[in-house]
Amino acid sequence: MLAYVLRRIGQSVLVLLVTGLVAFSMFRFVGDPVDNMLGQERTQADVERLRDRLGLDEPFAVQYWSFLTNAARGDFGLSYRQGRPVAEIIAERLPATLELAAVSAVLAVVLGVAFGIYAAIRRGGWLANAIMTASLIGVSLPTFLIGILLIWIFSVELGWLPSYGRGEVVDLGWWSTGFLTASGLKALILPAITLGLYQMTLIMRLVRSEMMEALGQDFVRFARARGLPERAVTLRHALRNVAVPVITVTGLQLGSIIAFAIITETVFQWPGVGLLFINAVQFVDIPIMAAYLMGISVMFVGINLVVDLSYLAIDPRLRAGAGGRT
Amino acid sequence: MSAPDPVPPALELRNLRVDIPTRRGTLRAVDDVSFAIAPGEILGVVGESGAGKSMTGNAVIGLLDPPARIAGGEVHLNGRRIDTLGRGALRRIRGAEIGMVFQDPTSSLDPLLTIGDQLVETMRAHLDISGKAARARAVAALEEVGIPGARDRIDSYPFQFSGGMRQRVVIALALCAEPSLVIADEPTTALDVSVQAQIIALLKRLCAERGTAVMLVTHDMGVIAETADRVLVMYAGRMAELGPVREVIDRARHPYTAGLMASTPAASRGARRLYQIPGAMPRLTDLPEGCPFHPRCPKAQEDCRRVPRPTLAADGGRAACLHPLDPERGAEDVARAAEGTAR
Ligand SMILES: Nc1ncnc2c1ncn2[C@@H]1O[C@H](COP(=O)(O)OP(=O)(O)OP(=O)(O)O)[C@@H](O)[C@H]1O
Ligand SMILES: [Mg+2]
Repeated sequence: MLAYVLRRIGQSVLVLLVTGLVAFSMFRFVGDPVDNMLGQERTQADVERLRDRLGLDEPFAVQYWSFLTNAARGDFGLSYRQGRPVAEIIAERLPATLELAAVSAVLAVVLGVAFGIYAAIRRGGWLANAIMTASLIGVSLPTFLIGILLIWIFSVELGWLPSYGRGEVVDLGWWSTGFLTASGLKALILPAITLGLYQMTLIMRLVRSEMMEALGQDFVRFARARGLPERAVTLRHALRNVAVPVITVTGLQLGSIIAFAIITETVFQWPGVGLLFINAVQFVDIPIMAAYLMGISVMFVGINLVVDLSYLAIDPRLRAGAGGRT
Repeated sequence: MSAPDPVPPALELRNLRVDIPTRRGTLRAVDDVSFAIAPGEILGVVGESGAGKSMTGNAVIGLLDPPARIAGGEVHLNGRRIDTLGRGALRRIRGAEIGMVFQDPTSSLDPLLTIGDQLVETMRAHLDISGKAARARAVAALEEVGIPGARDRIDSYPFQFSGGMRQRVVIALALCAEPSLVIADEPTTALDVSVQAQIIALLKRLCAERGTAVMLVTHDMGVIAETADRVLVMYAGRMAELGPVREVIDRARHPYTAGLMASTPAASRGARRLYQIPGAMPRLTDLPEGCPFHPRCPKAQEDCRRVPRPTLAADGGRAACLHPLDPERGAEDVARAAEGTAR
């Protein structure tokens, strides 16, 4: 089992090295950083000095290595546009995105699993049918359209909720949170729904179909024949047995919640890293783009690793199998 | 009404009917089935596939798969009517008063929980005991069903056991809350031939010790001969014959029973080759007029086609047949007659 865990960690590191290479290549092949950083009025000496400072004359491997070691320490250099450390800029923006993503993810997972179980148990009931029909909207409408629709209804027509920004935030020094003010919480509602709706419906439909299959299995029948309460039959036996596919999909969806935050943040002018990234793309601010890319890939790889390890926690047969294989 | 018996039967069915509403009309999967099993008695239930054996068992424990439902009759457990109980009350009876053993132990057990957890949850659903006490009882239950090293194996998962051992675990689960009735639906069909006899012997011994009544559904006539006290033969959802095991096996009264015996190796010792009942059991959608067996019956006469389906009363409570076989000549007679018609 330890061998399996180590192998999976090794694979993760490999994936990160490759994405690191892609991120790093952007520096060399997309635009010229010196052009971007120095204005029209520049001397050759300015150019030389900057090239030297950025290490652009070193051999490829050396540059890549220093990029990796710096990245590992969270150092992505200076933003071409703002001239400030990328890490500092991202640290300012990260709380907004993480709070939004966390609320969306909790919404998607909790409601997705709960509705999915309900729709499976009460299959054919009117409420279950209504949930299934409504879920079609979630999977078929594009995110930006949902956002715009919500803004139109709740901000423009009803005027209940703000259509952009984060509202008032409280600065805790290392973190700025919108959870502590009423306007911050209100500002979260629409973007969180927009961001989480697709994932919620996806999780819900998956949970429903997996649960319906599990509820027809012999061990569920036997659990009922043993006289277990229906709650134990559904949650302890059926749900646990669908946990592996559900966690797999949920994990990937959590990753895409953060990735898709770009769209939601743009629609709602949410001051997070997604919006930062879009602005960086417009200005070809490579260090920020590279840092964003690395951050997203670290997150995906991390989620995948956790998902894979959770299989071991759930299924004893895999634990035994993972011990046997190398 | 007569005065109630001092000891009511563990299970009594009165004219049980199970219907399956379908788009093309209602099917009657179990029709007018009545029998009783005394405490400690083993009733074998046989019949071809689709005869309604499992439906009968599932109706008793209230676990019919929708749309199938009990459409008539009564189910009494230890003198108490249970088919009218609500879902919650019925749930408390399952496992506690009626234990169930299914065909395939591999799929019956939850693959993700240890067998100890499954035993403990079952006991705690029915008995008012602590987790620790339940665990101690679980070890004892596993020892009783012959799991070697029960104390160490209680934390094993189902996949770590062989098929035979898994069925022992299933039996431990069925019996752990000390039910007064066990319904075993083909408990050995999915098992290796080498362990089938052990499992049946185990079930028989444990139920005898506890005085548990057993409804044993099986296709294995040898198992019936060795285990059951009485046999119920079912055909197309109805009772074809009911009687003491030796009587039914040696002196079948219903031609279907005789054909069934002649077609199984264990019961037809001596026969040179196995007999096959001609044709197949009719589907519930197109049951023939009269006796449902008459199209396949070597002894069928004109009235079998005409007279509405006979009940056991046609043969003094023994066989649902207008022209029961001569007890002196029994099965051989049928086999011979059948071979004649088959040719
Ligand atoms: N949903 C359904 N729709 C129509 N017919 C059904 C349905 N479920 C079961 N049946 C029919 O009910 C009848 C009784 O089935 P049952 O499972 O009780 O048979 P059985 O005697 O246990 O057979 P086996 O030996 O194969 O287990 C069968 O003829 C089957 O085709
Ligand atoms: Mg069956």
